[in-house]
Amino acid sequence: MQRIGVFVCWCGTNIAATVDIDTVVEAMKREPGVVHSSDYQYMCSEAGQSRIRNAIKEHNLTGIVVCACSPRMHETTFRKAAKAAGLNEFMVEIANIREHCAWIHKDRTEATEKAVVLARTAVAKLNLNKPLTPGTSDVVKRALVIGGGIAGIQSALDIAEAGYQVDIVEKEPTIGGKMAQLDKTFPTLDCAACILTPKMVEAAQHDNINLITYSEVDSVSGFVGNFTVKIRKKARSVKADICSGCGICTEKCPSKKAKSEFNMGLNNRSAIYIPFAQAIPNVPVIDRDQCIKFKTGKCGLCAKVCPADAIDFSQQDEIIEQKYGAVVLATGFKPIKLDNFDEYSYAASQDVITSLELERIMNAAGPTGGKLLRPSDKKHPHTMVFVQCVGSRDTTGCGKTYCSKICCMYTAKHAMLIREKYPDIDVHVFYIDVRTPGKNFDEFYRRAAEDYGVNYIKGMVGKVAPTNGKLMVQGSDLIADRQVIIEADMVVLATAIEPDQTAKSLATMLTASIDTNNFFTEAHPKLRPVESPTAGVFLSGVCQGPKDIPETVAQASAAAVKVVGLLSKDKLVSNPCVAGSNELLCNGCSNCQHVCPYGAIDYVEKEFRINGKIKIRRVAQVNEAVCQGCGACTVVCPSGAMDLKGFTNQQIMAEVDAICR
Amino acid sequence: MQTNNRPVKEIAQEIFAENQAERILGWKRGEFFYDNSPAVFSAADELQEFVYDAFCGSNLSKFLVKEAAKEGRIAVLLKPCDRYSFNQLVKEHRIDKENVLPIEIDCDGMVDIDKVRALGIKGIKSISADGDQLTIETVYGQKNCSKEDVLLLKCQTCKDRTGGDRFALVREIEEMSSVERYEFWRSELSKCIRCNACRNVCPACTCEKCVFDNDKSGIANKANSDSFEESLYHMIRAFHVAGRCTDCGECSRVCPQGIPLHLINRKVIKDLNEFYGEYQAGADDSSVGPLTSYELDDVEPDIVMNRGGGR
Repeated sequence: MQRIGVFVCWCGTNIAATVDIDTVVEAMKREPGVVHSSDYQYMCSEAGQSRIRNAIKEHNLTGIVVCACSPRMHETTFRKAAKAAGLNEFMVEIANIREHCAWIHKDRTEATEKAVVLARTAVAKLNLNKPLTPGTSDVVKRALVIGGGIAGIQSALDIAEAGYQVDIVEKEPTIGGKMAQLDKTFPTLDCAACILTPKMVEAAQHDNINLITYSEVDSVSGFVGNFTVKIRKKARSVKADICSGCGICTEKCPSKKAKSEFNMGLNNRSAIYIPFAQAIPNVPVIDRDQCIKFKTGKCGLCAKVCPADAIDFSQQDEIIEQKYGAVVLATGFKPIKLDNFDEYSYAASQDVITSLELERIMNAAGPTGGKLLRPSDKKHPHTMVFVQCVGSRDTTGCGKTYCSKICCMYTAKHAMLIREKYPDIDVHVFYIDVRTPGKNFDEFYRRAAEDYGVNYIKGMVGKVAPTNGKLMVQGSDLIADRQVIIEADMVVLATAIEPDQTAKSLATMLTASIDTNNFFTEAHPKLRPVESPTAGVFLSGVCQGPKDIPETVAQASAAAVKVVGLLSKDKLVSNPCVAGSNELLCNGCSNCQHVCPYGAIDYVEKEFRINGKIKIRRVAQVNEAVCQGCGACTVVCPSGAMDLKGFTNQQIMAEVDAICR
Repeated sequence: MQTNNRPVKEIAQEIFAENQAERILGWKRGEFFYDNSPAVFSAADELQEFVYDAFCGSNLSKFLVKEAAKEGRIAVLLKPCDRYSFNQLVKEHRIDKENVLPIEIDCDGMVDIDKVRALGIKGIKSISADGDQLTIETVYGQKNCSKEDVLLLKCQTCKDRTGGDRFALVREIEEMSSVERYEFWRSELSKCIRCNACRNVCPACTCEKCVFDNDKSGIANKANSDSFEESLYHMIRAFHVAGRCTDCGECSRVCPQGIPLHLINRKVIKDLNEFYGEYQAGADDSSVGPLTSYELDDVEPDIVMNRGGGR
């Protein structure tokens, strides 16, 4: 029989205001196995912890239940306290009477009743707990960064600077990401390339950084400290090690009809191409869908003109396998498709563009050499309309419910830059709200509105109609309470951003969780914002949620620190809550093996002596070093042969019974 | 009945004559002409008792879990519907395929003696089938009826002949209000006498030790102490065979209380088809089923809410 101590925390008024603490304390005294029940204002404080330690010794407790906040918050704290008093740390159960109870109830009687149920559920489970001993596992001292934008580059640089090897996997032919496409950056208006390209070079030249561009992660297995990742290096059709990047091939290539991805399709590129002049690596890639040689078998001009003989039409995709201790997700974002927003005539008129397209038009290295010209007739525009929140904060289901966060600032930037360079252009901005918190951000917006004469109109645009070479913009001005019609030459849509489409498949491979918008979920929104709930997986940049460049860089460095902290350890304490199979009950059906996301289950043929006869049976065996204790196998096992230490079927049944009692 | 224009019994005799297998799993005549039972034949002369007629509804696949583990190759006669169960058991490594000679035989539907009696035909001495017509010898003389009218429930919606819509009844139950549905199942399941026949005949229920027989499972005793027991027993069984049930219909065929147990499994099958695309458990013996595999475009859990569930 266990000797259980129950400790009920007030959490100041967080719990005590809604739950009658005395009732819970008294009710627990009557539960089987409970020999001590007490309460304290802040159980997590040193004073609270010392009460727990003293009670363990005084009452010779074999296990404790702490009725307090979420185990995510303080399970570790209380486990440490129990351990300090000589108890096995897995003889600690948390009854979450704050998040699961006090915070979500108003009625004190109901909340108290529920708190009692939650507490006795934990007691019921603890009665069946057994001490568990964690093992250790080694740490591979190498990190993988997925995504080579500013987030990935910054994380990689910081990890590399701490002395660890880092691989950056980038799916595009060059690193740089979305930031490389930008013209100027708010609020200081320095040019994106001027601050990004030196970092790209630094990453490329760093001894500890290995760039794997034009590549994608194919599969991931393993666990924190020991991930095995297969990376598919797509065939560039150019030998990267001997190409000098002279660019003759791209000049001579006769196929020049492909839309330039880097310039948002505003101009064309050749079939063999380098995305932009400062690309890293400065090695071209052949777009096999566009290349005449690949389409017809004839041509091969690039191979003929290449002075280094670097063109290789026969190149195949290559799979690299590498082990990593930690993975940083920095997969970034893309603007949403505007198919659901016909009212803005994006598809109907070339002069309706997205903000990212405007970045390319304004960029000195862009398709117009930085001259602001209408895409349709290459004429100078006189009136421009910016529409904010296109697909952001959208409750109609056509776009995204969240705020894309960066649009208010970049629209102010665009408006200001245009007014500065071309004072003859009238600039109107339609907005729902202007949201510019951040250091020097609101001052920046006000400068646009007040000093640069940008006309901010509170209200949304209902329709953009292309009429006689102009764009009739119909919107509402909520402050003047009237409809406005503006005859514009160009319309710029501040398009919502969404996570890159690779996020979902990576989430599956890494068992990292994503939210309903496909942004990666953090382990704790406030206290662990750069860690994924999956151990050893860290989050950097917009893949976790919309953010601007300063925030992205800060988060990237934060993620790097977490990686460095992990890689600096030689051994990790492994989770003892792992699955195990009762071989006498196992049917050998393989269902657990199919559902195991970690590949931790193998089957062996084993001899059993049954009723005096030797019988060979196929049974499941769990590799405890690989098992992460997710419990999928226990659910799928029809005979109940699979069980999870610390969360046994019996313990869970006991909990259910305690709830239903 | 015949397969490839040969009587099945002849095929069985040939297996022994040509030493294709040491044993044959088939059917032998029971006490009455309509209660043929699964049987293992070990020698040619034992085949005198062999029978294959319109009363061989029982699915032989499950018997192979034990029989195929014994020494010596065993031949098994598989009706088209039994083939699914055989494949599923091979897939789950419950049958040693190497030790089995599967023989596929034709079937044009099996007869339910109770349905013949329900037509008011009494004193039945024997029944013979000629195509769609049954000739029934009774103490009161010869009677006739259409075979289609007296087929086993599971044969009415045969997966291999052009059977009826097997989900029609499921749809009717789905359309009930939750109160009606609850009443329907309470009323049906309260007939259960917990004889375990459904579990014992089910080819998906081959666990080394069933959770209902395992007092350590925390389920066995609980079930006995609660009047709601039989309902949960059948629900737990449906969940345990979910994604593996081939819809062979044996559960309902053997139920002495006439509970339409197969409808619970069909509801699961219908849902799986709707969520993951058409899937027939046991269509092959190696693929991984929808519940034990993951595809990126698998339905999200909110499908339950979107379908109006969870209320």
